[in-house]
Parts: sequence; structure tokens; C-alpha cells
Amino acid sequence: MFKILERNVLAANIYQMVVEAPRVAAGCLPGQFLIVRVDNEGERIPLTICDYDREKGTVEIVVQSIGAETNQIAKMQTGDCFADIVGPLGNPSDLVKEDLEELKKKKIVFIAGGVGTAPVYPQAKWLKEHGVTADVIIGAKNKDLVILEERFKSVSNLYITTDDGSYGRSGMVTKCLQDLVDEGHQYDLCIAIGPMIMMKFVCKLTKELGIPTVVSMNTIMVDGTGMCGACRLTVGDEVKFACVDGPEFDGHLVDFDQAMNRMKLYATEEGRLRLAQEEGKTHHGGCGVCS
Amino acid sequence: MAIEVDVLKRVPVREQEPKVRATNFEEVCLGYNKEEAEAEATRCLNCNNPQCQKGCPVAIDIPAFIQEVKVGNIEGAYQIISKSSALPAVCGRVCPQESQCEGKCIRGFKGDPVSIGKLERYVADTARQMGIKPNGATEKRNHKVAVIGSGPSGLTAAGDLAKMGYDVTIFEALHEAGGVLVYGIPEFRLPKDAVVKKEIENVKSLGVKIETDVVIGRSVTIDSLMKDEGFDAVFIGSGAGLPRFMHIPGEQAMGVFSANEFLTRSNLMKAFREDSTTPIMHPKKAVIVGGGNVAMDAARTALRLGAEVHVVYRRSEEELPARKEEVEHAKQEGIIFDLLTNPVEILADENGWVKGCRCIRMELGEPDESGRRSPVEVAGSEFDIECDCVIMSLGTSPNPLISSTTEGLEINRRKCIVAEEGNGQTSKKGVFAGGDAVTGAATVILAMGAGRAAAQGIDEYLKSLD
Repeated sequence: MFKILERNVLAANIYQMVVEAPRVAAGCLPGQFLIVRVDNEGERIPLTICDYDREKGTVEIVVQSIGAETNQIAKMQTGDCFADIVGPLGNPSDLVKEDLEELKKKKIVFIAGGVGTAPVYPQAKWLKEHGVTADVIIGAKNKDLVILEERFKSVSNLYITTDDGSYGRSGMVTKCLQDLVDEGHQYDLCIAIGPMIMMKFVCKLTKELGIPTVVSMNTIMVDGTGMCGACRLTVGDEVKFACVDGPEFDGHLVDFDQAMNRMKLYATEEGRLRLAQEEGKTHHGGCGVCS
Repeated sequence: MAIEVDVLKRVPVREQEPKVRATNFEEVCLGYNKEEAEAEATRCLNCNNPQCQKGCPVAIDIPAFIQEVKVGNIEGAYQIISKSSALPAVCGRVCPQESQCEGKCIRGFKGDPVSIGKLERYVADTARQMGIKPNGATEKRNHKVAVIGSGPSGLTAAGDLAKMGYDVTIFEALHEAGGVLVYGIPEFRLPKDAVVKKEIENVKSLGVKIETDVVIGRSVTIDSLMKDEGFDAVFIGSGAGLPRFMHIPGEQAMGVFSANEFLTRSNLMKAFREDSTTPIMHPKKAVIVGGGNVAMDAARTALRLGAEVHVVYRRSEEELPARKEEVEHAKQEGIIFDLLTNPVEILADENGWVKGCRCIRMELGEPDESGRRSPVEVAGSEFDIECDCVIMSLGTSPNPLISSTTEGLEINRRKCIVAEEGNGQTSKKGVFAGGDAVTGAATVILAMGAGRAAAQGIDEYLKSLD
């Protein structure tokens, strides 16, 4: 059993939890994820790792409640236990394998959208610990949905942009990136993590700007260990399994339209309606599930 | 009431009616009762030189246990079997007995062979109902052994090592132990709660610890298990769980699944139940590609979820690799076999959902070196099967995660771990392997045989350290 030691509400429907998971904490690196199961009746769902503490044997997860399973997680309190936490899964980010001297020469920009902000944090933090301060763009619908601001400030140069202009800069993350480039910033590498539609448009822009771009693909998964292929996607001319070959891929080679389409596999009419209702005017199908 | 026995014929086993069972996930074969089992047991000739035992990959003393069945001594029969097999209730159900023990039975030369599998199953099921457990170790041995994977080979190796007195821990990547027994083989062939869980509890009762949710190569490596966690030997029984796809156009369309995904959702995650939180597609018309046991399992699962099911196989009926009994069961339930047929493209509608499967007719060419006639496409014979779901069941290969993260572990070009046949020794000292991880996808009982051989190998190795 994997016990919740701490629980905080970061924003409406976004929860942060520190969970006891010694084996995951001992081995995990930035870029990896885990799979959780709430109880013995539960579905296996992939979640990102926001932080970890090897000494204490804990990992920090951030989860947005959007369906049956995540709603159940949202209700869990300090002291409650997950039936299963499996990980770390997936490949660590290429950054952690790169030659440090080479890495230090690079200008890196992270682009984080929505709950995808959480998995960017361990990467930015790892870089900071190794002497590299990256730029980070956080995009959110509005002021209330900006998460982890203070923690990002301590490990990066932070730019915040909101769709409605209620906080920080105004507009989508792509506008923010274009503005930064127009203001004279030069980047050797962009790492984008967020809704597929965001990653797709970031890649479109960075291709024009000539910035190599890495994306983290949040596909449907079951086992997360390479045995089923539910998470398969097309990268270049090849079929890849996001759980074992990724989750990070060259964003300029990913077939986003196909990947977004596959997210609809188990979407129900009911779920789409509910999302549209909850999100009102800000509903833009960004998750790729409902569009 | 005594049953009249015709020595040339098996005592028939009771089964659910095809029309009824096609709509439920309950076990198809109901097994023998006491009278039937004792009657069938009288057909055994109790040979001096039993051929059946030679046909069994774990060499169960078959005539000896059958003699105990004949006189109604279940405990005796069970302890004889459990000396050789950790999973009799499983093997009695899923072994291809026709090509193993029963294939060698003298009775089979003239008439039906003795129903060894059904008798083994009867013993294991009855022993379970009576609360009989396997005998454990008599002495403790001071070594820790790690077993990677809790499928048939891992459970067997772990059970054998525990009986020898070793301190054994199994590491399993999924949340439940059993490997293919829990995620692959469906409930209607192998009940999970009633049979698989109980057999695993028996292995645990020998003192084996099982740690689930540990992915070797990610959560921890074999090297660190040996260096940091004090394991003196490791057995790799990680199986062959990586699904193959055809790499034909349209394969990423919605409604195309690997058999592994479809079966894992249904078996492990219980998605066939209405109240399951894991979703599964309920196809209207499904095409299953392939002809092995996994294809039969996927086909019969799709049927039970409400689909009309076509099995598309590129060779003819004679070459179907699935067990005869499974093919017969599938046919009785209404599965349609489209033989000498192979998909060339999957057709999708404008929303990306499968709407059909384009196939081509095949004919069998000249026999190749292995004596198998290879299928050849018939030019211009393409045709479309309308369907909303395609399930790829083309076989699996070993997951490279373990081999790629263990220093000095040799693999062959098929990504299988190289291990010595008699004892499972790999290229790395103290590391042994067996089952599908070594051979590629094979059968439950062969994996168990390999687990048993490796347990012997590990015992010899550890004794050499003392």
C-alpha cells in the first residue's frame, strides 16, 4: 500500500500529493512517469512525477480530476493509500544523459501547459542543480489555474501567460514564445509538455523558428511496460510505444493528429458534454479528448 | 451410482452448452465429479514403463497419482503431483495434453488416451476444496533468491526453491501475480479467483514472498538486487509480452488492438464486467488476425462481448497452431474461420474508426526447410471484410527492458535471453533464466519445466558457494 503523506489543492480540480513509494523514489529521474491504481476495483492510470525525495522514499504527484478515476483520487485524503503505484516508467529525459559541459552551453526553454506544468518542474530543477538555468513558459486559462509558480521561480527564469490575460502575459504559450524570440531570446532546445493540441501548435511554431523540440506524449495506457501497445503512436515513419520508447519524442516527427484522434477511443458522449459544460467559453478541446 | 466404462473411450467431461456459454464468462469445462474421475482412473493400465510421464515436461508420476484417484485418496494423489508441479489446477486446464502426456498414453494407440489432464484438474480442484496444501521445506538454507516475473516459470522456480529451503522473493511488474495466467488466459478457460489466486496462495504458503508493482529495469535493476539487496541468485522468468503488429496501412485506426491489450483489459482489469472502471470496446463485428491459442482467446472474448467474430488466418485449418480443443470450442460457439486469408490494409472512416479489413486470399506453396508450407498471396484476390474492430494476435517477443539494463546478459537476435538448456544458466554469474524469456512465446507447461530445471541449476550453484 502506498500512503498519502501530504495533500494540497493547487487550483480548482488540481491536487498535489506526496506519496510513500520507496522503489519509485529511489530510481526515478526527470521525464519518467508512474501508473497508479486507487483500489482493487480501479483502472490503471498514468500520472506524472512532479518531484521526489530519495531520502524519505516519497514521490510527489499532481493530478487533475477529469473523470471517474481522477475524481476518486481527488477525494483521497492524507493517510489514505493507493492500492498500487508502479514506476518509474518510461525513459528519463535525454537531458540527464547529455554531457554536462555541452548542456551548459545550451539555451533551453520549457513550455508547460495546464497540468503538464508538473512534470516540467523536476526537469527544470535537475538543470538548476547542475548549473543550468532554463527559461520556463507556463500557460494557463486564467490566473486561478496557474500552479507551482513559486517553485518554478526558484529554479528557472519564469514567464507566465494566461489565455484571458488575467495574470502575467496575455495569450497562448505560442504567442509568448514568439514574443520572447522577437524580444531577442535565442533557444537551442524547446521542451513542451501539456495538452496534445498545445504541443502540436508549439511544434508548428518551433519548426518555423528552427528550434529543435521535444514533447512528452500523454497517450492512453494500460500496463505502461510495453506489453499491449495501447499507447502506440507514429513518430517519423515508425510506430513507437510511448510507455517504453518515450514518453519524450522529437516533436517535429510526431503525428499529432493521429495521436489526438486515438485519445477519443474511450471518450463518451456524456463525458464530452460534461467537459463542455464545465469549461464553458474556455473550452477549446485542448485535451484532445473532446474535440 | 457406478459409471459403466468402455475402456476404449474416455469418460466424457461435462461442459456448458455452447449457446449458453457464448453469452457468459464462466468456465466452459465443468470437470469430472468423483464418480466420473474414479471411473476414468480405472482406464489407466499403470504401466511399468509409463510413456505418459516422459511426455510431461515436469515429469509428474502420472500412474501413481491416478492409482490414488482410483481408490479415492485425494491427499495422496495431490502430494504426488505437487512434488513435480506447482500449478496442477492450471496445467490440468491449459496444457496441450494431446501433444504431451496424453499423446504418449498407451491407451491412445487403440481408442482414447486416459484423460490425464482432466484427472489432474480433478485432484487439484478437490484438494483445494478440502484445504490440502503442498508440503513445504524441512530445512532452511541461508541464501536469498530473486525471481523476476510471477508467471508459470517464475512460480514454479520459486515454489521449487522454497521447498529446498531458500528465501525466495518474486518481483512482479503488474499489480497482480500470475503473468499470462491472469492477464492472458480468459476466465472461461481458467477462473481467476477460484483457481489462479488459490494456486498462487499455495506457492506463498511455501514461504515465497511476492512484491508486485516492481518493474525490473526501471524500479530496480538485477545488478542492484544482487549488489545492494543481498540476493545471491536471480531467476529471470519475465516471459515474452511484447506484441507484434503487421505494419500495414491503417493499423493506428481506432478499433485496432493487440490481443494483449484486449485480453489484459478483459482478464486482468475485468472490463468484461459491467461494473468495471476499465473500459473495453464492445465490437459489433470483429476480425481476429492469427491462429494461435491467444487468437482463440481473443476471438471468444470478443464473441462474449457481443460481436460476430471472424478469425483470419493465412494458412489452412491443418496448420492452425491453437489447440484442437480450443478450435472446436470456438467453432461450437459460432466463431467464423476465414482461412488462407491475410489482411493487407485496415480501412477507417472519416473519424478514424475501423470500418473494414482489406484481405487477400492465400494459397500454400512448396514446403520450406522446416517442412511447413508457406502461404503465398493470390494476385488480384483482394476483398474487404466489413468490421468495426481488428485484433492483432500475431505472437509476442520478449520485452528488452531487462536484457538492456543488466550488464553482461547475452541475448540472441530474437531478443531472447541465452540460457543453458539443462539448468537455465545465463552468460552472467548467478543469473538464470527460463520460460518464454528464453524460448519466445511457448506454452505454460514448457515454461514450468524450464522454471523447474533452473531451480535445480540455482540449487547447484548456491551449494557451490557454500
